[in-house]
Order: sequence, then structure tokens, then C-alpha cells
Amino acid sequence: MADEIIRFHFDVDGDDFSSAGAASVEVKKRLRQLGFAPDVIRRVAIAMYEGEINMVIHADGGVVDVEVGDDDITMILSDHGPGIENVELAMQEGYSTARDNIRSLGFGAGMGLPNMKKYTDDMKIETEIGVGTTVIMKVNV
Amino acid sequence: MINLDILAQKMELRHICGSTDREICGCYAGDLLSWVMSHAEYGHIWITIMSNINVVAVASLCDVACVVLAEGVELDPDALEAATKQDICVFSSKLSTYELCTLVSKYINE
Ligand SMILES: Nc1ncnc2c1ncn2[C@@H]1O[C@H](COP(=O)(O)OP(=O)(O)OP(=O)(O)O)[C@@H](O)[C@H]1O
Ligand SMILES: [Mg+2]
Repeated sequence: MADEIIRFHFDVDGDDFSSAGAASVEVKKRLRQLGFAPDVIRRVAIAMYEGEINMVIHADGGVVDVEVGDDDITMILSDHGPGIENVELAMQEGYSTARDNIRSLGFGAGMGLPNMKKYTDDMKIETEIGVGTTVIMKVNV
Repeated sequence: MINLDILAQKMELRHICGSTDREICGCYAGDLLSWVMSHAEYGHIWITIMSNINVVAVASLCDVACVVLAEGVELDPDALEAATKQDICVFSSKLSTYELCTLVSKYINE
């Protein structure tokens, strides 16, 4: 239906690595059911997964809202974590503050935020130290 | 392009779970998940020594054709459960990542 926006909401657990990524996998499944192109689905799913993992690793969890519109898919990831001190630095490939136990799982390459930028058409980060971070990403369909 | 089932037989991979009826168009080897998500593509074989549950999520999101665990690595029990449930194809092999890559390269365009 024209102008109908479909919304999904997910709570992302802070310390639960075993279910980390569950929201992204679910969104991927639903977008497939809605008949989106594989390339669009892939970009949304990867960008959202990187954001979801960042909330788990760096911010003790948060919430994700996905809005599926006629022209684009918007992902809004909000957390009440420590915030990002220097966004420009955090956006650089290879920059990471992930601890060793996280690195041993395969995270901490410092490629998450750059990937999110690469796979989306628009990305904004609103962050405040001690308050939290909101990442808004858009993928055109 | 080569069928995954045929390639797996030629490479003598041990099948762990998931369907093998897919075409292979390339290969990516790596263990840092964000790198994999940046470079692995639809229809690729992904060779890694990572065995935790996040591997399953990354394989699913990237839509790789299968995961090949190198160096005799075994899938963690919760990862195996998730991969089976989501029908993510996983193999293992005693060979190193390098040796596996040379075999893929040998057979992929045969
Ligand atoms: N939601 C967040 N809250 C607080 N800090 C964050 C958040 N997201 C990212 N950061 C900071 O930005 C840095 C870079 O993030 P990025 O996702 O690029 O790399 P990473 O998560 O450390 O490693 P990778 O994503 O490659 O596994 C992080 O190490 C962390 O310091
Ligand atoms: Mg990250």
C-alpha cells in the first residue's frame, strides 16, 4: 500500500552475546517476506547488525526501531551507554576500544562504523558522553 | 561457478550441517567479523577459524554459501544449534586456511 509505513521494534540485550544479531536476522527475514531486492536486504541487515553488536559490546544494550517506507528503510538504534567521545576518530577504519575478551570472539577490528557508512545511503550519529548514543541510518530502496 | 556439493567432495570437507545445494562464485578467508561483512559476498565460501555463534549470524547476514572451519576447528554447541535451525551450511577441515584457499582456487573454475 502506498504511503504505508511498516514498523519493527526490538530490545537488544546488553550482555547476551548468544542472541546478539537476532534482531538483524529477524529484520532480514521480514524484508525478504516483503519482497525487497537481495542487495537492499543485505545492506540493511549488515548495517543493522554492526549497530546492534556495537550496542551489545560498547553500550550495554539498547533498542532498535526499523521503519520500512516506500522509498527507504530507516534504522534507529538508541542506547544509554557511555557515548562516543570523538565520533570522527571512531569512524576511522581500525579504531576500536574493544577489550580482549571481545576481540577473541572476532569483534574489535574497528570496521563496524565504517561498514555502516559504506552500506547505507545516509548515516547520522547523535551522542553525548554519559548519556548515550543514537545512530540513524537510511537505505534507499 | 561450481556446485557446493561437488566442490565439498573434491575438497574432502566434512559436512556439519545445512543444505549444500548452492552455486559457489568465490571465496573469502578471514576471522575478523567486520572485515568479513565488508568483503564476503553472496555465494562465497567463507573460510575461518572462528567457531562461536556470531559466525552463524554473519554467515546468514552476508548470505555466503557456506562456512568452512579450517585447522580442525569445531563449531561451539550453541552455534551448531543456531546453524542447524537457520539452515546455515557449515563444513570443517583439518587443512589450514591457506591450503583450503589453494583447493578452492584449483576447483572453482574447473
Ligand atoms: N553505541 C556505542 N556506544 C559507545 N561507543 C561506541 C558505540 N559504537 C561504537 N563505539 C565506539 O566506536 C569505536 C569504533 O566502533 P566500530 O564499530 O567501528 O569498531 P568496533 O566495534 O570496536 O570493532 P568491530 O565493529 O570491527 O568489531 C568502538 O570501539 C567504540 O569505542
Ligand atoms: Mg563495531
